[in-house]
Amino acid sequence: MAQILWFENYQPADAPVLGGKNASLGTMLGAGLPVPPGFAVSADCYRKTLADGGLTGQLDALIAAVDPRDPASVAAAGTRARALIGSVEMPADLGGAIRAAYAELCARCGGEDVPVAVRSSATCEDQPDASFAGEHDTYLWVRGGDAVADGVLRCWASLFTDRGIAYRLERGYGRASAAMSVGVQQMVRPRAAGVAFTLNPLDGDRSQIAIDASWGFGEAVVSGEVTPDNFLVDKVMGTVTRRTISAKTTEYRLTDGDAVTAVEVEASRQSVPCLTDDEIMAVARLARRAEKHYRCPQDVEWAIDATSDEVLLLQSRPETVWSRRARPAATCNADPITSMVQTLLHPSHGTPDGGC
Amino acid sequence: MADRFPSPFEMPTPPGAEGWQDLYAYSSVFSEDRREYEESQFWFMDGVHTPEVVPPWDATIMEYAIIALSQYNTRHYVIPPALGVDIRFLNGYIYLSPVGVADPEEIAARVPEFAERGGYYFGNWDRLYAAWVPKVRALIDELETISFSPLPEREDMAVVTEGRGTGSALDLFTEYHRLVDLTLKLWQYHFEFLNLGYAAYLDFFGCCKQLFPSIPDQAIAKMVAGIQVDLFQPDEEIKKLAQLAVDLGIADRFAGDTPASEVLDALRGDEQGDKWLAAWEEAKQPWFNFSAGTTFYHTDKVWLEYPDIPFGFLRAYIAKVQRGESLERPMEAVVAERDRIVSEYTELIDSDEDRAVFAAKLGLARTVFPYVENHNFYIEHWAHSVIWRKMRDLGRVLVAAGFFADADDVFLLSRHEVTEVLFDLYHGWAVGVPSRGPKYWPREMARRSAIMDALRKWSPPPALGVPPEVITEPFTVMLWGITSDSVRQWLGGSSESGGLSGFAASPGVVEGPARVILSADGIGELREGEVLVAPLTAPSWAPVFGKIAATVTDVGGIMSHAAIVCREYGLPAVTGTAFGTRTIKTGQRLRVDGNAGTVTVID
Repeated sequence: MAQILWFENYQPADAPVLGGKNASLGTMLGAGLPVPPGFAVSADCYRKTLADGGLTGQLDALIAAVDPRDPASVAAAGTRARALIGSVEMPADLGGAIRAAYAELCARCGGEDVPVAVRSSATCEDQPDASFAGEHDTYLWVRGGDAVADGVLRCWASLFTDRGIAYRLERGYGRASAAMSVGVQQMVRPRAAGVAFTLNPLDGDRSQIAIDASWGFGEAVVSGEVTPDNFLVDKVMGTVTRRTISAKTTEYRLTDGDAVTAVEVEASRQSVPCLTDDEIMAVARLARRAEKHYRCPQDVEWAIDATSDEVLLLQSRPETVWSRRARPAATCNADPITSMVQTLLHPSHGTPDGGC
Repeated sequence: MADRFPSPFEMPTPPGAEGWQDLYAYSSVFSEDRREYEESQFWFMDGVHTPEVVPPWDATIMEYAIIALSQYNTRHYVIPPALGVDIRFLNGYIYLSPVGVADPEEIAARVPEFAERGGYYFGNWDRLYAAWVPKVRALIDELETISFSPLPEREDMAVVTEGRGTGSALDLFTEYHRLVDLTLKLWQYHFEFLNLGYAAYLDFFGCCKQLFPSIPDQAIAKMVAGIQVDLFQPDEEIKKLAQLAVDLGIADRFAGDTPASEVLDALRGDEQGDKWLAAWEEAKQPWFNFSAGTTFYHTDKVWLEYPDIPFGFLRAYIAKVQRGESLERPMEAVVAERDRIVSEYTELIDSDEDRAVFAAKLGLARTVFPYVENHNFYIEHWAHSVIWRKMRDLGRVLVAAGFFADADDVFLLSRHEVTEVLFDLYHGWAVGVPSRGPKYWPREMARRSAIMDALRKWSPPPALGVPPEVITEPFTVMLWGITSDSVRQWLGGSSESGGLSGFAASPGVVEGPARVILSADGIGELREGEVLVAPLTAPSWAPVFGKIAATVTDVGGIMSHAAIVCREYGLPAVTGTAFGTRTIKTGQRLRVDGNAGTVTVID
């Protein structure tokens, strides 16, 4: 049983034990996309640890008794399950393997106690990705082998958040089938970060890339705590077709206590565009690469490293809203005469802001 | 915000311009007779062709242009939602009014007619268009044959011996009428293809916007734009001459700012100089029939008559060649870029049906587009140059007869008055008594010049009357750049502080100091890296595009000639800002965003 799997060695066959998030990071790295390095702790480790600690049966029984329609019942079971996992002893060889992998990661990044993100990546036997956004824990800016190992344990426990329990019960996933893989990935301190869609989410226009960007770590954008700057980039022309600069009042920043915290942005910086035109284009190119690799519209998370100025890809998933929508058979009228008349009657042309 | 513009009947006559109406056709001024109709219409000032007061004879050209445009919409092709464009002179400025068809049933009834008539042209475009250039060239040749001579003391003996039976005054009349009628014919030719060309382009445009709602306008233009365009040939000729001067080793003889005529004289007589002069003469016809203005004024300077204008460009190009820069347009790269844009958008289309429609509409747009791009050289630059020159010849005949002092005074006459003046001349000559003209016209010309000066002091509002809900006349949008948004902006009176918006006419974002230029004579003031801010830009300004950073104009849409040329030269441009020259001051630092169509004052 492989305990630790480096992202760059990822094979599609590994997906069932890595969960969707880790599998995706592996795929992107394999495609040569600029993803920060890291490794995954396989879901088998979770299963083995629980089995060794005699917890499997207890957890199954706990969840079996839950009434999914009763929040109090869900909450009580969740609290108990998390406490059980929190008290488990991690097998020494696994702890050692995690610490060794972390040390290796530090060596590769050329530093000591390199900060990493420790992310949950839930999995089911029949379903490589059994999670949805924000349901399990992520720990940012974790340093040191012990802290990383502890983060892994806490991610395991977060399989039993109230939302996670309810979600799996709703979906009918078997109690024993759910497991947790954990990703450990180098973190950079971003000057700005955000998300990008490789289509215009407002109208499904596939020629556009929509970028939401704000100062600091991307969490403010992802969680919706800030109104980000918004840029629309034409994929083909490589031009910014629209820019909306917002007052960005909050940013996630590294504070003196070496922790990532939401702080207020100083007034002078709030309404300054957080990306230069070159950076906008670099983010757009990155999103386009991800789209070309996956051959379908993508929803990506990105960050710009404050030290190296490099644009990094943190996450890429298929865009779901417009991609699922059935397209009308033909949007353009094929007959030139009737469509000319329609065009003249309902001009879509020549609005002064360039047609947006 | 007001919901309408002032009535044309609320517009005061500028002091000193009383009686200006009599200088224009009675049917082309606002009048009580049609007040109800005229007040209910929307009128916009035509700053694209006639940003300044239009002298009475010059009015002929725009009247003929607009009437020809209208007849094709209304009577030839039966464009379903659009009739013609009405025209009025107000205080010497031209106001235009697009006339739509309001009744949906009537529009529907016009569709089959348009399908049959317009469809025929679309279906036979290549054959019909192949006949167009020879047709216009024949017309220009005919214009060139027009000649105005002073009336002789005695008719030539041949008139007697050949039993000709007519005299020289009839020739004078005939030649003048030929000139006027050929001008009308010229403008009918002009619109034989243009309305349909715009309609087909707009159709492709609409299809692109449906497939890709946020596609930049210039992406669409780039997919359609031609590679070899006659309108750019004058500039190409100058480049060739610059290269030749360097190749012949005579570049230094163009240095400094010696007037062109002296440089040309000095080149004569030695082998290298004569070689270059031969090339210069060769380039002149037809390419120096190229106007530095909009071509709609007799005062617009034509390269043929003002060689200092092409010389300015020539010197700049010589300097470039000497610095080792290439003047060649990277044709292969331009073609490759066009193909890339088309194939990438095509890939992004979801269905095969849409891809096929997109390809078909692009094909039609490309078929019609050479006409849209090329006609301007033949009609406006070349033929207008000949028309102004011939009228000036006629003016000289009248100056010689003592009617007025300056040949250009002939342009202070309306086209109908010219016939009366010729009759007066004929009358005196035939009877053998003094004509009234020499006593009458000098005083009258002084009065008219004073009226023109008074009119020039008036500043015309951008629009009058009641704006329509939607403008369906293709030219109004494509060429004049009038949209519901520009109307709304005008109604707002002005834009927000520090920013202007217009058409994203040519891509790119740059910053630079502004240089406000109000007429072609001022383009020499432009310095390297400046942003040209002008009421409009004419294609013939293109050679300065090599040194400026961007262009901002008050008027014009994405198919205005300025927009076409800016895209060609890769110069960011925002057109149709309405207030650019009024709100921007020379020296202010501007950020011009040709992708978004915005201009921001940044200091």
